[in-house]
Amino acid sequence: MSDNTPQSSRVPVVEQLLTANEEVAADNRAQFKSHGTKVVNIMASPGAGKTTLLMATIAAMSHRKLGVIEGDVASQVDADKIATTGTPVVQINTGGACHLDAPMIRRGMQVLPLEDLELVLVENVGNLICPVSFDLGQDVNVGLISVPEGHDKPYKYPAIFEAVDLVVVTKADLLPYLDFEVDTFRELVHGLNPKAPVLVVSAKTGEGMADWIAWLEEQLVDE
Amino acid sequence: MHEMAVTEDILRIVKDYAERGGAARVTDIYLVIGELSSFVDDSIQFYFDLLTPNTIAAGATLHFERVKTRFRCRKCGQEFEPDGQDWRCPSCHALGGDVIAGKEFYVESIEIMS
Repeated sequence: MSDNTPQSSRVPVVEQLLTANEEVAADNRAQFKSHGTKVVNIMASPGAGKTTLLMATIAAMSHRKLGVIEGDVASQVDADKIATTGTPVVQINTGGACHLDAPMIRRGMQVLPLEDLELVLVENVGNLICPVSFDLGQDVNVGLISVPEGHDKPYKYPAIFEAVDLVVVTKADLLPYLDFEVDTFRELVHGLNPKAPVLVVSAKTGEGMADWIAWLEEQLVDE
Repeated sequence: MHEMAVTEDILRIVKDYAERGGAARVTDIYLVIGELSSFVDDSIQFYFDLLTPNTIAAGATLHFERVKTRFRCRKCGQEFEPDGQDWRCPSCHALGGDVIAGKEFYVESIEIMS
């Protein structure tokens, strides 16, 4: 019992990681809500057609006041495209980070005229893994998967398919040329997440766009 | 790569508990990480070694407890671990289930020297 002997002891912690992000996300959520603005977080691989779907969505929802937050590792390319439509847009460059996080959204939302916006579409960094772990303050999550990526993706990236409120299969115009089995894909998604509808959409031909727009409109109805 | 942010968060929590526990230094950090949470052990270790010199956690060993994904079958309630492309319930062969484990992501405990 010498006072000078170093004592080793185990300290229980059991504290969740990334709570700092979650606190900012909760605050973002409250701010969006105070403006009556709904927020949709769109997650997908690079090249899945996120920006193309956004452009078609903006065209189809001209009666609504939309805003866009674009997340990319670098460049203004996507925001410049969106800006050509006259839609308020802010580009966030993550500077190497593989996902958007709540503090980035906090900075981006200050640039948007939230008091005028009914719906903010957030295009997350192209990645099926990391964005899932970071709450932004969104109301709903949408996962996009393009036909060329293949129907087996839920096996490889289960977390995203478990986390989303809607799955959109994009580039449906390519279905005749590729081996993407929509029924198998839908079965896998619903194996993980029976509540998420699976829509099949082509922004190019317009196939399925009405279903996607109808789903977005549903999100705008106040509960 | 977002392990940097995660590692900073680990360090924040560890420092907090170590100081409250009157630690002179932290020797071990026990983390519980579900396999669905997509964080890479080696990468967390890398950033940890980078961030910790001259802190109370310098030289501490990180221990990773990896938790396998577990489903609970929605049809019959059987709990099971999905295996690669085999998501069928071993009892009733329904596909998938509710995820009941695999999303864990927390600091479980620390070992300190006082």
